[in-house]
Amino acid sequence: MIEHTAADLLATLRKGDGSAESLTGAFLDAIRQRDTRVRAFLHVDEAAALEKAHDIDARRKRGEPLGALAGIPVAVKDVLCTAGQRTTCGSKVLQSFVPPYDAHVISRLRRADAVLIGKTNMDEFAMGSSTENSAYQITRNPWELACTPGGSSGGSAAAVAACETPLALGSDTGGSIRQPASLCGVVGLKPTYGRVSRFGLVAFASSLDQVGPLTHDVRDAALLLEVIAGHDARDSTSVDRPVPKYTRTLDDPVQPLTIGVPREYFGAGLDGEVEQAVRAALKVYEKAGTKLLDVSLPYSQYAVATYYVVATAEASSNLARYDGVHYGHRAAKHDDLIDLYCRSRGEGFGAEVKRRIMLGTYVLSSGYKDAYYVKSLQVRRLIKDDFDRAFAQCDVIAGPVSPTAAFRLGDRSDDPLAMYLSDIYTISANLSGIAGISIPCGFTKGGLPIGLQLQAPPFEEEKLLRVARMHERATDWHTRRPKL
Amino acid sequence: MADLPYRIVIGLEVHVQLLTQTKLFCGCSTRFGQPPNSATCPVCLGLPGALPVMNRRAFDLAVKAALALNCRIASFTKWDRKNYYYPDLPKNYQISQYDLPFSSDGHLDIQTPEGTKRIGIIRAHLEEDAGKLLHEEGGSGKDSLVDLNRTGTPLLEIVSQPELSAPEEAKAYLEELRLLLKALEISDCEMQEGSLRCDANVNIHVPHADGVAATPIVEVKNLNSFRAVERAIKFEANRQYGQFQSDGKKLGDRGVSKATAGWDDVRGVTVVQRRKEEASDYRYFPDPDLVPIEVDSAWIAEVRALLGELPAAQRTRLQSQYALSAYDTEVITRQGRPFVAYFEELARGCGDAAEAKNWLTNEILQTLNDRKSDVRAFPQPADAIAELIREAKATGLNKQRARDVYAHMVSEGGTAKEVIKKLGFTPVTDEGQLRDIVRRAMAANAKAVTDFKNGKVKAADAIKGAVMRETKGMARTEMVQQILLEELQRA
Ligand SMILES: [Zn+2]
Repeated sequence: MIEHTAADLLATLRKGDGSAESLTGAFLDAIRQRDTRVRAFLHVDEAAALEKAHDIDARRKRGEPLGALAGIPVAVKDVLCTAGQRTTCGSKVLQSFVPPYDAHVISRLRRADAVLIGKTNMDEFAMGSSTENSAYQITRNPWELACTPGGSSGGSAAAVAACETPLALGSDTGGSIRQPASLCGVVGLKPTYGRVSRFGLVAFASSLDQVGPLTHDVRDAALLLEVIAGHDARDSTSVDRPVPKYTRTLDDPVQPLTIGVPREYFGAGLDGEVEQAVRAALKVYEKAGTKLLDVSLPYSQYAVATYYVVATAEASSNLARYDGVHYGHRAAKHDDLIDLYCRSRGEGFGAEVKRRIMLGTYVLSSGYKDAYYVKSLQVRRLIKDDFDRAFAQCDVIAGPVSPTAAFRLGDRSDDPLAMYLSDIYTISANLSGIAGISIPCGFTKGGLPIGLQLQAPPFEEEKLLRVARMHERATDWHTRRPKL
Repeated sequence: MADLPYRIVIGLEVHVQLLTQTKLFCGCSTRFGQPPNSATCPVCLGLPGALPVMNRRAFDLAVKAALALNCRIASFTKWDRKNYYYPDLPKNYQISQYDLPFSSDGHLDIQTPEGTKRIGIIRAHLEEDAGKLLHEEGGSGKDSLVDLNRTGTPLLEIVSQPELSAPEEAKAYLEELRLLLKALEISDCEMQEGSLRCDANVNIHVPHADGVAATPIVEVKNLNSFRAVERAIKFEANRQYGQFQSDGKKLGDRGVSKATAGWDDVRGVTVVQRRKEEASDYRYFPDPDLVPIEVDSAWIAEVRALLGELPAAQRTRLQSQYALSAYDTEVITRQGRPFVAYFEELARGCGDAAEAKNWLTNEILQTLNDRKSDVRAFPQPADAIAELIREAKATGLNKQRARDVYAHMVSEGGTAKEVIKKLGFTPVTDEGQLRDIVRRAMAANAKAVTDFKNGKVKAADAIKGAVMRETKGMARTEMVQQILLEELQRA
């Protein structure tokens, strides 16, 4: 049962087969059995989850109307605020932080009668591509425990892949949903910037962050996006436009369909096996009558550099509040105010976070700001223009998610640059604000999952999901589950 | 001024808190004097994940102020983060406006002994206020408390050109600015409560053989009253002159940067703070949590329609319409719009602008000062006081009695007519009634009547006194006089 998709589980519950309580119990059992090895969860809320499931069963019995996710467990990346429950962001700085409010997406989940099963591990403040930057624990790839699940939403991706939850939420600033989805063989969707409210999402880089679903298949991604998308007055960057019924049109193929294939995504650095799997996926589309079009995104070569200026600049400011004065970790001993700041932050933050705060502070400093920050904003515009030009000729853009399949834990921990390049194909979507999805499209000989990335123009999630679903219906990669 | 061996150059940076119900980026109350940290929420506390959302009313109010200051309103404006660490700033950055303020290039006219002077406004921008640090008295002396109620209150920063050339002009500028902002209900401009704060950038130009030397600019802070502004500038200019005489350092010299000084109101001195090696680097950048604002002409027109008559125009009109002196006009307009409205209603109601002005600037202003209250809280509407003025005139009620009636109306309530009756100030105007009283008085003072008849004209005074006593002084003297003469002749 735990291997089923949320859509199937919902159908079962609606039919009256089994109960939400037993379903939740099954996933809690899975977590107990598997998570000692996978280590996807930072916190599991057994009692509250069972109580909620019990309540849903009672309401179902009374014939009361229930929400769209009634009785389905959802795991949440620990970057999303949950009222009355610790939200650590994978950082020691927030070790004891208990938000007095729910993130907007959490309120939406509660309203949809989802069962919030627990908070998942992540790179500290979502900074990283392997979840190794968590201050708390190392999460492992369910397909190969010696490998990384990717990151920064590695906990959420691993939890879904390990069938410890059917649905999870992550956040994507430079690929943090899509890359772990790819490495764990699940579906991960980064919505258009502004499609989902960021209220209650602890900020890493505010102009890039977006919350999105991690699921077994495209149908579940559509289901979960439908619940969390939509305008929220508390986030002025959230856009007020109607949310289509993604699940309703999902199975309608897009015809005619033109898929743009950017030549820049198949250059040096791309692993052979990954390329093969991605090309095979393109063949699947071609067979269905899709036109493949060679397109160019010339500025994408500057995406990683641009990203590490923009994201770190914003992060250096966003993370300034963790100073030990009002909340968060405070150094036990300190001389004066400056010393309090230095020690609290020095003790509270991990190496990668410090590296990015320093980088961001530097690129905003007077004398350097024009050469770095201001220049980056200009390049960001050019990257967006690239996409606009490409989308004038095609419906979606396809390519790899990550240059390689999952790498071994520890392999890139000492080489930040190699780690940063893990996101080379995903970063542009954040810089330009467009939507992107990672879907399973094969395995390496060593048995590690490979993902296909599809990207669509802003607010074209409906089309993106339909195109992704076309591949899914023609293949069975999404039905595979790791042996644990 | 003319005898100073230098010319003073002053630019003022004024911060005023806007009179909004709620803060700039959250729904918390901006009311002054609430229990510490009670008017806070996740947004103004800067909790992780909380996001700012602009208060449209605050922006409207700021645009209104900028229009009144003749500023150009930018069609595109944005929010920037000013990054610095301080415990009164929970996010360790302040949301402000950096390179694209919503308004710029305005001016404010002030009155100087030499006539009207136009002071340029460089820019006015919106930002959020910080909290307050309360340093614990006594105790360990190490602990500081933070009150974040003020955090996020909308602040309008108005930066003048360095075109003020005397401490008195700086004060006049502040007074005119306060009048304008109070009249438009943009800010209550209370320096004591911190709703108006002012920093002064001061330097002096010293003429010498080769031209004019400018001294390094000093920003004077901690100015707690308009008088402090005036005194501090005077002191600082003189201090800079002495310093210049001893070290000769000029603006723009190598190693000379802008310094900050604090005003010590008790000692009456400015204290220059240690010059920092480098200017603070605030690492400004656009706040990604807030969308830029596009202001179209319809929006500006909508706000402009709310401006009404500005104090400068009002002064001119009042002077000509009511034939008031410049001094009286100033006294009235300085009290703000509701007071002016009250005056105009009173003048209309009693039909005598001069009398209305007298009552307003003497009695009513005195009452308001005594009660430390505002004309909006004054218990008697203008038409009630107008009635009093009319009654007093019609019945010949003397000034003292009229004041008694006024005092009673203000403290106990009631209309002029009611109070006059209650206090027994109703005039005896019935001739027959008065004649009876005169006759009775004559009968009771037979000797005085005889004396009068015998040519002692003064003897009539005793009878008159008796009549006035009988009527409690409410008979008109001329009438009593005339009836008495008639009766005495008849007797
Ligand atoms: Zn607030």
